[in-house]
Amino acid sequence: MKVLVAVKRVVDYNVKVRVKADNSGVDLANVKMSMNPFCEIAVEEAVRLKEKGVATEIVVVSIGPTTAQEQLRTALALGADRAILVESAEDLTSLAVAKLLKAVVDKEQPQLVILGKQAIDSDNNQTGQMLAALSGYGQGTFASKVEISGDSVAVTREIDGGAQTVSLKLPAIVTTDLRLNEPRYASLPNIMKAKKKPLEVLTPDALGVSTASTNKTVKVEAPAARSAGIKVKSVAELVEKLKNEAKVI
Amino acid sequence: MTILVIAEHDNKVVAPATLNTVAAAAKIGGDIHVLVAGQGAGAVAEAAAKIAGVAKVLVADNAAYAHQLPENVAPLVAELGKGYSHILAAATSNGKNILPRVAAALDVDQISEIISVESADTFKRPIYAGNAIATVQSNAAVKVITVRATGFDPVAAEGGSAAVEAVAAAHDAGISSFVGEELAKSDRPELTAAKIVVSGGRGMQNGDNFKHLYALADKLGAAVGASRAAVDAGFVPNDMQVGQTGKIVAPQLYIAVGISGAIQHLAGMKDSKVIVAINKDEEAPIFQVADYGLVADLFEAIPELEKLV
Repeated sequence: MKVLVAVKRVVDYNVKVRVKADNSGVDLANVKMSMNPFCEIAVEEAVRLKEKGVATEIVVVSIGPTTAQEQLRTALALGADRAILVESAEDLTSLAVAKLLKAVVDKEQPQLVILGKQAIDSDNNQTGQMLAALSGYGQGTFASKVEISGDSVAVTREIDGGAQTVSLKLPAIVTTDLRLNEPRYASLPNIMKAKKKPLEVLTPDALGVSTASTNKTVKVEAPAARSAGIKVKSVAELVEKLKNEAKVI
Repeated sequence: MTILVIAEHDNKVVAPATLNTVAAAAKIGGDIHVLVAGQGAGAVAEAAAKIAGVAKVLVADNAAYAHQLPENVAPLVAELGKGYSHILAAATSNGKNILPRVAAALDVDQISEIISVESADTFKRPIYAGNAIATVQSNAAVKVITVRATGFDPVAAEGGSAAVEAVAAAHDAGISSFVGEELAKSDRPELTAAKIVVSGGRGMQNGDNFKHLYALADKLGAAVGASRAAVDAGFVPNDMQVGQTGKIVAPQLYIAVGISGAIQHLAGMKDSKVIVAINKDEEAPIFQVADYGLVADLFEAIPELEKLV
């Protein structure tokens, strides 16, 4: 079974981002970039499926700038077999990304596509669901457990009230939540080997996909700052403040 | 301009987040219709018809919609939604699951988790875990939007008298089925709707120690949450997680116990009215957003707090 994994290059989760002075966006000059944490979990899940003998080939795909090849090489070092970069320097919306991924799905015909549930930059939480809609596939979003059996996949999902399990016909789309697995680190020999694995570069034009958008970001601002309050000395003082000053209990 | 709001429900009751979503629709302006897609959800439709400001309730009652499977519900919403100016759903796990599938079917970009309405086509939403706020304008014929409940005060659940209309459309894609669910049972208020939230972090040390927080919460009538660190460590289940990728809460009072205050946790609670932090590490970042900080051993402070409130 072929598994396709989509990964995104984003600002590293440890970086505290700053809004640009002209309010056009956040300042990403000279900040550390990494693979989106949820995408790391997606790669790990695919590698585990291959280790179990369920997956036979793992293709990793990213939509983004030339530099996203770094994240694809990371995925190759973690165990993916080959990579595809759909190169675009533009700031693409989730729908545009989903359309490009749909074109890759048509070309590659995977049985399972695994994506992160959301990217920690745009916080959209849309792409997997949109890809599922465009492909006409079932979707197991926010997955905490994925079990393939025959021509279907059982996905346990983290939902507001607890956990839900759905069964989807393959091919299907899965998006990962935090507790699906704990991603491994790439070993040095595997990092070296990854440099020799195939990496194909495509363009939206070559895939015949329009990336036009109905959304426009007008401005980006820093959130209202919350100022630090006071330190109280005792539990009694805390209770007194909450009752008489804040009046919340 | 007519807005379609997707009701959040479990076939029995309307979830409170629906009231916040209707509030966002009211800010946009125009007639508000509510869609109840489910099975045997008559009581939900009746309750939805009473929500203040709702003009019409559409009920799609079919076995295919019983568990809100997005493969079946999204085509229904896309079909009905074509005639509307906006389609809104709460940014709950259900809304997040279904609405992007609707947007893609309608070939429009979605706007996720809005926290304010600037005009009928312009909205504000947090990005980068709330470290930046984007103003986004949409020129889509149908604007597809999820609403962060904490950004909008709920409308009244009573006072309306909307007409209820049945929708015949049945969509069963036949590619997905519901297997089962394990829902947390609790007598405490729901995390996202509670006026007071008490949350524990890695400092709780283990799941058993959360009993101290439950005791305090019961005295205060509060809900209990947790940081990602506490959930990842297996102290408590995932439905208790507050943060960027967990639940977003904004209660009157948020008490963070043994929580250091990682960016992704702050993203889920920093809009709370009053924040209290109890942590033995006085350098913990949580103190930078806390109105009242107490540097103390939580195992001494929490029982004392429980006695004094």
